[in-house]
Amino acid sequence: MNLTLHVWRQKNAHDKGRMEVYQARDISEHMSFLEMLDVVNEQLVEQGIDPIHFDHDCREGICGTCSLVINGAPHGHQKATTTCQLHMRHFSDGDHIYIEPFRAKAFPVIKDLVVDRSAFDRIMQAGGFVSVNTGGIPDANAIPIPKYFAEKAMDAAACIGCGACVAACKNASAMLFVGAKVSQFAHLPQGQVERERRVRAMVAQMDAEGFGNCTNQYECEAVCPKEISVEVIAKMNREYLRAATKKS
Amino acid sequence: MSTIASSNPPSTIPAYLTTTSIGKKVLMAVSGVIAFGFVCGHMLGNLQVFIGQDQMNHYAETLQNLGPMLWVIRLFLAAAFITHIWLGILLKLQNNAARPVGYKNETTQKASLASRTMIWTGLIILTFVAYHLLHYTARLTNPEYASLLDGQGRFDVYSMVIHGFSDWIISAVYIVGVGLLAYHLSHGVASMFQSLGLNSPAWQVRLNRIAWFFTILLFVGYASIPTAVLTGCLTLPGGGY
Repeated sequence: MNLTLHVWRQKNAHDKGRMEVYQARDISEHMSFLEMLDVVNEQLVEQGIDPIHFDHDCREGICGTCSLVINGAPHGHQKATTTCQLHMRHFSDGDHIYIEPFRAKAFPVIKDLVVDRSAFDRIMQAGGFVSVNTGGIPDANAIPIPKYFAEKAMDAAACIGCGACVAACKNASAMLFVGAKVSQFAHLPQGQVERERRVRAMVAQMDAEGFGNCTNQYECEAVCPKEISVEVIAKMNREYLRAATKKS
Repeated sequence: MSTIASSNPPSTIPAYLTTTSIGKKVLMAVSGVIAFGFVCGHMLGNLQVFIGQDQMNHYAETLQNLGPMLWVIRLFLAAAFITHIWLGILLKLQNNAARPVGYKNETTQKASLASRTMIWTGLIILTFVAYHLLHYTARLTNPEYASLLDGQGRFDVYSMVIHGFSDWIISAVYIVGVGLLAYHLSHGVASMFQSLGLNSPAWQVRLNRIAWFFTILLFVGYASIPTAVLTGCLTLPGGGY
């Protein structure tokens, strides 16, 4: 199939940037979206044009590195799909495809479609961990965890930290991401020791990074490739209220 | 590259509520609950106009006779409204700043139109409330029915309402105003539970239904009064308007 791509090109963080139009020819419907971009990039290199820069790593939908806002939706319009797992069969010959970077003050564009998502790393460094002394590996199932809580924690832990929630949110809020990270620990016994400190520190870092505020529109949940539910935001709000009323 | 931001959590409950994203949302929800409670109570009070002149004027007199307590309630409500409006504007400005460069091609997946227009419906409602207070509370806009008395020497709220809504332009303003208020609440009523952490996937569906139930109930309840006056169902004690 042949496609017309409208791609955001930006030389560096200081460049103003603009949309450029490229033709993608002879694209196989079996290609992933990123493979399609690889083909376009080869053609661009042959023409002496700087290839389109985009983030990618595992290309199997689990690392959270790929991004892109495709036709107005982070990771495209396919439900529960990362860009690397989005296949060209979902497009038709002659389609115009708009490809833009994730947009948020906290995710500045580095080049073209690549954005700096290290704000998420700093939120994780602020509290997204469980402190344990090193030593022997504990026995599996030594700490009994009710199935209900184990499942809630696993659902939250499915988050791959791609940032699609921020990109989709009308307010560029990171609450689905932070909510997932807070919830995955709050449901488990291992997370109890640092429970209050964690949510306080992670929310403070989230605010300091310049993300927006949640207005409960649930755009994040709709685009999340791992289908994280907004119940993690409600859980985070409860955790935060609990922490606010306790001495630090 | 962004500069590395660092931060410390606040140490007091007021600081939590006023300086953090979640705290501000909690204040927004709590002030919203208070405003919602008032809107429901105010509608029940107003609907007494259908019982008749005596009941309506008696109710109004009872409220006026609360004396200093009336002012305590008024100040409490004003504090809730001001908090809600102030935070609404502040959060909107912060949210706009969080995405300085927008999308060329933006789509909406599931955010309702009501949720995306909260700031605008909110500001129009604020203007409407200001007019409503001047019209029926301070009674400055229409002096011709600002000091009516009934047969028992009480202030005649009943006749004032009939006179007021007999002007179809004023009635239209009220119907649009309460319509926008109800629409604002179609998002607000469900949203405040989520902000307070009281939500789950099963309850989300129920909360949306509850919000729409109140939207329709409040709109029908409030709009019924000007509609009844305009259609001749509510008339002055001597008939007509």
